[in-house]
Parts: sequence; C-alpha cells; structure tokens
Amino acid sequence: MRRFLSLGLLCLLLLGITVTAQAQTDSTADTTDDPAALELLEALDASSYPAKSAAIVAILQSDDKRARDWLQSLLDGRLQRADDGRFVVVLDNSGREWPVADALTGDPLGEMSRRDLDRIGINNALRNQLRSAIAVVDLYSPDVERRRTSATRLLGEVDDELAEPLSELIAEEEDAQVQRRLTQALAIYQVENGQLEGVETLRGSLHPRVRVALSRAANGDDPIIADAANEALVSIEQNLKINRGLETLYFGLSLGSVLVLAAIGLAITFGVMGVINMAHGELMMLGAYTTWAMQQLLPGQPGLALLLSIPAGFMVAALAGIAIERGVIQFLKGRPLETLLATFGISLILQQLVRTGISPLNRTVITPEWMSGSLVVNDALSLTLNRMYVLGFALVVFASLMLIMRRTRLGLEVRAVTQNRAMARSMGIRATRVDIMTFALGSGVAGLAGVALSQLTNVGPNLGQNYIIDSFMVVVFGGVGNLWGTLVAGLSLGVINQVLEPWAGAVLAKIIVLVFIILFIQKRPRGLFPQKGRAAEG
Amino acid sequence: MSLTTESSTNFWLTRPFSERSTQIFLGVLLAALALVTILHVAVPPDNPLHVGAYTVNLFGKYLSYALLAVAVDLVWGYLGILSLGHGAFFAIGGYAMGMYLMRQIGERGTYGHPVLPDFMVFLNWDSLPWYWLGFDMAWFAFAMVLIAPGLLALVFGFLAFRSRVTGVYLSIITQALTFALMLAFFRNEMGFGGNNGLTDFRELLGYNLRSNDTRLGLFLATGVALGLGYILCRAIVTSKLGRVSIATRDAEARTRFLGYRVERFQLFVFVVSAMLAGLAGALYVPQVGIINPSEFSPIFSIEIVLWVALGGRATLYGAVIGAILVNYAKTVFTGVMPDAWLFALGAMFVLVTVFLPKGVAGLFRHLKRKQRATSTLADKPNNTPEEVSA
Repeated sequence: MRRFLSLGLLCLLLLGITVTAQAQTDSTADTTDDPAALELLEALDASSYPAKSAAIVAILQSDDKRARDWLQSLLDGRLQRADDGRFVVVLDNSGREWPVADALTGDPLGEMSRRDLDRIGINNALRNQLRSAIAVVDLYSPDVERRRTSATRLLGEVDDELAEPLSELIAEEEDAQVQRRLTQALAIYQVENGQLEGVETLRGSLHPRVRVALSRAANGDDPIIADAANEALVSIEQNLKINRGLETLYFGLSLGSVLVLAAIGLAITFGVMGVINMAHGELMMLGAYTTWAMQQLLPGQPGLALLLSIPAGFMVAALAGIAIERGVIQFLKGRPLETLLATFGISLILQQLVRTGISPLNRTVITPEWMSGSLVVNDALSLTLNRMYVLGFALVVFASLMLIMRRTRLGLEVRAVTQNRAMARSMGIRATRVDIMTFALGSGVAGLAGVALSQLTNVGPNLGQNYIIDSFMVVVFGGVGNLWGTLVAGLSLGVINQVLEPWAGAVLAKIIVLVFIILFIQKRPRGLFPQKGRAAEG
Repeated sequence: MSLTTESSTNFWLTRPFSERSTQIFLGVLLAALALVTILHVAVPPDNPLHVGAYTVNLFGKYLSYALLAVAVDLVWGYLGILSLGHGAFFAIGGYAMGMYLMRQIGERGTYGHPVLPDFMVFLNWDSLPWYWLGFDMAWFAFAMVLIAPGLLALVFGFLAFRSRVTGVYLSIITQALTFALMLAFFRNEMGFGGNNGLTDFRELLGYNLRSNDTRLGLFLATGVALGLGYILCRAIVTSKLGRVSIATRDAEARTRFLGYRVERFQLFVFVVSAMLAGLAGALYVPQVGIINPSEFSPIFSIEIVLWVALGGRATLYGAVIGAILVNYAKTVFTGVMPDAWLFALGAMFVLVTVFLPKGVAGLFRHLKRKQRATSTLADKPNNTPEEVSA
C-alpha cells in the first residue's frame, strides 16, 4: 500500500507545482464530456479491493484537480453510483431523501432516494490509503491550514520513497510551522532507519507521535540510537510535565478569575458595607440573561451584542441592586442575619421570575468568533481564548474597582462611612446616598460577572445559586473588606481546586477546598488579610 | 415573663411544667394528637370528618419538621447562632435511620442479597463498608441517630467557638458545611446510595411501614418526641446554663468578661440542638420513605430558619407554629400552583424579616400586651432582646 502511495507522490512531485497552478487557474474546466475522468471513477467501482486500491493510485497520478474531492468523498462514503450509472456525491445523508451532486461536474442534481444509490465500498486498508493520499495531495495545497494538517498527518507515516522528495519539499516550504512538521516527519523516518541525527531533530518536540517513534527507537536494537532516544525522551517527559503544570495553572487561574469576578462585587457589598446579599448570585444571573437578551436583539452580531452587554449588564444589575437596597435592605440596617434571610427570599423570587418569565431551561449564549478557538503554544499546551478573555476581564474589573475605591470621591466617602458612619455624616457626607451608590456598584459588578460567565457556563435560572457559596467563601477566605484579599483568595482557590482535581476528582476537590476553608477560618477567623485598627471592630 | 422569673429550687428538668406557656403548648399538642387519632381510628372512612392515613402521615411529617424547627430555635433564639446547616444534622439522623431500615430489607431487595443493600450490589461491592456495620441492630442505629449528628456538631462547634467565629461568619461556614456534605453524599463512592439515597424501606422494629397502623404509631411517636424535645429545650433555657447562653446571645464579649467560658455554653447548646435535629430526621425518614442528599441542600437549611423566623424566634412554640404553617402552605401551594410556591416562599422571607421581626408569636404577644395595657397601666417593657452582633 505504501508503495502505491509513494508512486502517487512521486508522480505528483513531477507534476506537483503544475497541479497547484492548474488548480488555481482553470477552476471551471468543462467536464461534461470527460471520458478520462469517468474512466478513473469507473475503475473505483471495481469488485476487488486491490483493484480499487490501484484505481486510487490512478486518480492520484492523474493531474485531475477534482482528485482530492473524489478521494475525500470516497473516504466519507459519500461517493455513490446512481441507478443510471452516473457517479454522484451525496451532499447530506441525514434525511430520507439525499441531495446529491454530479461527481464529474459538481452540478447539483436535486434529491435522490437512498434506494436509487449504490455506495462504493471501501475497507480499512483502503481508508488508511485514502487518508495518506489526501494528506499527500494536501501538501501541495495553496491553503496553509491544509498543508499544516497534512504535514501533521505525515508524522510517522514517511517511508523510503517519500523521504527524498520530502526533503526537497521542506526546502521549498514557506510556512515555518509546516516546515517544522515536515522536518519532524522526516526525522522520525531517519530514526526508524538508524540515523542518529533524527533523534537530535526530535529532541524538544512534544507531539505524541514523536514520542511513540522515540520510545520505539529506545526499545530498538541499535544501542547508540536507543540511548540517544532514551535521553531525548527523558527531556521530552520533563518538558511535558512543565507544560501540564502550566495547563493546570492556566485552568486554575481561569477558574479563579471566575471566582474573583463573582466575589468582587460581594467584597464591596458584604466586605465594605457589611450587608449580606444572598441575592448576589441572582444579580449575576441577571447579567448573564442580559447578554442573552442582547444577542436576541442583535441577531447575527454576537460579538457586538457581547460588548454592548458589558454596560447593559452592569446597568441592569445595578438597578436591581438599588431596588433591593431601597426596598428591603435599608429597613434591616444593623441586623445582618435578618438581611441574609430577606435577600435570600429575594433570590428565590428572582430565580422563579426567570423560570416563569423566560424559561426553566438553559439559554444558549453564542460565543463570538474572536473569542472562540484557542492559542496553541506548543503540541502539549493550548490555551482556550474565551477563558483568557475572562481572565483579562476579571483583572480589568478588579483594577477599575481598586481605582474607584482608592482614587475617587465615592471611594473616599464609602470608606469614611464604613469606618464611622456618624462622624462621616457630621462631615457632610450623605451616608444614605453613599449606601445606595456602593450597593449599586457591588451589584453592577455582579452583573459584569454574569456577562463574563455567560461565555463559560450555561445560562439558566440556577446560574447564581451555583456560585453564591463559593463567592462567600472567597470573600471570607480573603478577609472581609479587603479587595486584594479577594483577588488573592479567588485566584489561589481556583488553582488549588485545579491542582487537586486530577487525583481527587472534581467533586472531592471541591469538598476538600470547602473543608480547607472551614478549617482555615477556625485558625484565622478574619481571613488571609484581616482588617486592622478601627475598621476591624465593625 | 417566665424567662426572667426566678423559679423555685425544684429539679431543672421538671421546671418547665410549672410554666404557663409550656402547659398550654403541651395541652394543645396532646389534644391535637388525640383528636387526629380519634378521627382516624374511630370515625368511619366515609364520614367527612375522617382523617385518612395520608393526612396522618402528612401531619407526622409536619411534626418532625416542627421538632427540627425547635432545635434551630434553641441555637438561634437563645444562643444567637444562625445556623444555616441544621439540615445537615437532620439529614445525618435521617441517614442513620435509613441505614437501619435498609438493613432490615434483608433478602427482599431486588437483587436478593442477604447483607448488601441493592445499590451496593449494583455497584459491584462485595462487602459492607465498615461504617455500615452494626446498623442491623436497632439500638445501635437509634443511638447513632443522636451520636452521629452530635459528634459532627461537637467537632465543628469546638473548632468554631474556640476561635470565636460568630455572627454572619458562622452562618456562612455552616452553610458551607452542609453544602460540602451534600456534594459528598451525592458521590456513589461514599456508600450512601449516591444520588438516589436510601429508599424501598419495608419495616421498622418488625412493623410494616406501609400499614396504616404503623403510620399512626409513627405520627404519635413524633408528637411525643416533639413534646419531650420541647420540654428539654424549655428546661435548658430556663436553667442557669440557659441564662448564660441568653447573655451570650445579647453580649458575648461582656459575658466573657464576666468570667464565663462562653464557648463551652455555646458548644453544649449547639450539640444538644444538633442531636434534636438528628432525632427529627430519624422520625422523618420512615414517614416519607426516602432519604437522599437533597436534605443537605443549603436551601432546605435556610428554609428551616424561615419557619422559625415566621413563627417567632426565641419562643420555641413559635418555631412549631412556623414549621407547621409554612409546610402546610407548601403542601397547598405545590398542589394548586407549583410555580407560585417559590414566589410565596421568597415573599415570606422578605415580609417576615421586614414587617414581622418577632414572628407570629410576637404578634400574639403584642395583641395580648395591648389587651393588658388597656386593663392595667403598668405594662412591662418588651424584653425580647435585639440581635447584637459581636
């Protein structure tokens, strides 16, 4: 099989550049009467698998620009023959009637019943041959992404006849990534053939196939190669361990950033004002639903909707917060336990409002294109973009809150009122107004957290409930009334959780963290960064 | 008021019997138990006054909730500790009872294994975990109903009170405690039936749990337990120890400065309360026929606090009234319009805390005082103290 493939490649190499050039220039060649192409396809419909294999090679050797499509649809089982002998490509085989297109011309032929069609069968050996063949064809594709995928596919698949043309290809390749992959593919071939320089090239690569090749070499007969391979493997393992650590750290920081976002608003209302707001989670839920509503209002522009929901989510949650403060909390001043109960009641009402008003089911919030996908650092480490955005967003929110509390008049007044309400009032600070503003700020930040969360988790009526205990834990762990404490506590709890998860499982990790915090509070009842001086007596 | 009157030197446990409020409470409770029994047994089923087995069962459930509410009122009303984790003690007591009931199924389970409960056979376990041993003996299981929640409360309370965690902080970590336990009990590996919990119970002490007589018996037992629990709590709060704990509630630091080891009083009352909650759970489980991790959910624990708040905290009988009222409302609402229940519950939380800080019991007292004020001019000032945060 390999030989056939290589024959195909050699042939392609001869015609190589021509194929690509042709593919680009005469994209709409007239093929209605195309006996040559028809013959190629006829050969595929042979009765024996070796004959089909030969037919695939023939297709590869033809310089037909449709070769790749044929091979791909053959691989997918979509290349079929209609009752009248025409070759067709099934475009969608999900329903009862399948839309089809002519395999030669690409013209749509309407729908056909599956009973009128006859699939060209393949077996596993052919499937492998097809995949490799497609990879080889793709190496000449003008599309960089395609070349990258096919180069990755060739890792460990290179044989004698492919090796030599490959080195020429490497020299001609313009994209650094494809070049590196092809070099690695070639190096694996070299290692397999006892050439020591291949090991050197492979050292430092993290791709799993490279590791497979190296460990095979490490167990091979040649002691020199085996030693070198072993040595390379050790360094790769070390590298992998570092990368795994970095990945855990990244996930931990991402989880931590969510916790910080959820808790930072609470750190304002609970930590600074001393008001227990059990409806904080539901304010987050409102923010998340605002994102959803924005995307409903602006269909087709999820990115713009998301950006607009940042101020909108803040406003919605802040207004809801003001309503809660004016409607309930102001009457319960100095009775923290009653405040806890009343706001818990509000949280139940808000949840049920969403359940009956919108739906008890989760809503889908679309992730805009610029936020999806991931940043590939190397073969073992890729960082998902949406988490990175949320992490950055959390830090920005934190920094702006810090600025507000430290550098603005509102922040000054808030701190004054918390430290000594009567004194602050006698200095002309309108304490009630400060209360409202502070609560609105804390609630608004909850709304922002909801907007961010809509990109990571399901948006449903229970969204807030899932975070409320965690966020209180973060605030208490970090030290009430201390924003830095909340940041440190949130991020470290996130990382601890992720570090524990691999060996304890997700649920047990969470339990361990909770028990840890419960014990920690026994030891330091005022958290990581306790307030000192007069503020501590509140 | 009975709280402040210096009672005679009789035995502390019998002291509550000399109180008007206790006498009235016990009288009403006994009358209710007797009435339900008579209406269930003596009145023929076609008579509209007949109380069916389902209703008896429902009342039994309410009474076990009432006992739980009394336990919460003991710590919240007289010690100033708002526990948002009493559902955990309730559930642990329930699980202890459930484990006994599971072992009583014996070979009659779906898989017919003589020792292992069905879910363990399903999980391919080959032997009982060590903590299930002994639960085939009733006395051991019944002892664990009190010991297991008591022990948890002892350890947790010891750590918390020693480091002077109070007020809101304590509320939040009790909530975290029950949340952590809920997550833990949801795990199959814990050996408590995971998500599904323990169910399919057959008999208790040889009595078939599905028979009406057993249901009536359980209802009466719960009523008696509620009465005894009430007397015990009353005895505690009227004793010297009770008065120290009330002092702790009102001014913890001052009490400490007077030379009392505040944390010991707190720990004692907290553990007693947890054991009562466990007992309530144990009486609840055979009546509803299932125990699963949802009893650990923080919402349930916070709901218990609402019962007490609605009934009126620091009265004990208020807790009973509140538990029965709220749960009756829940039964009605979830039957008629299930969607509205959470609205009603949420509204109750808000309205009670804002407009009715002393609950229904406070309303009674208020009316009574008004009545008295019109007859005599000498009206004593209200001595139900305000919450003082440390």
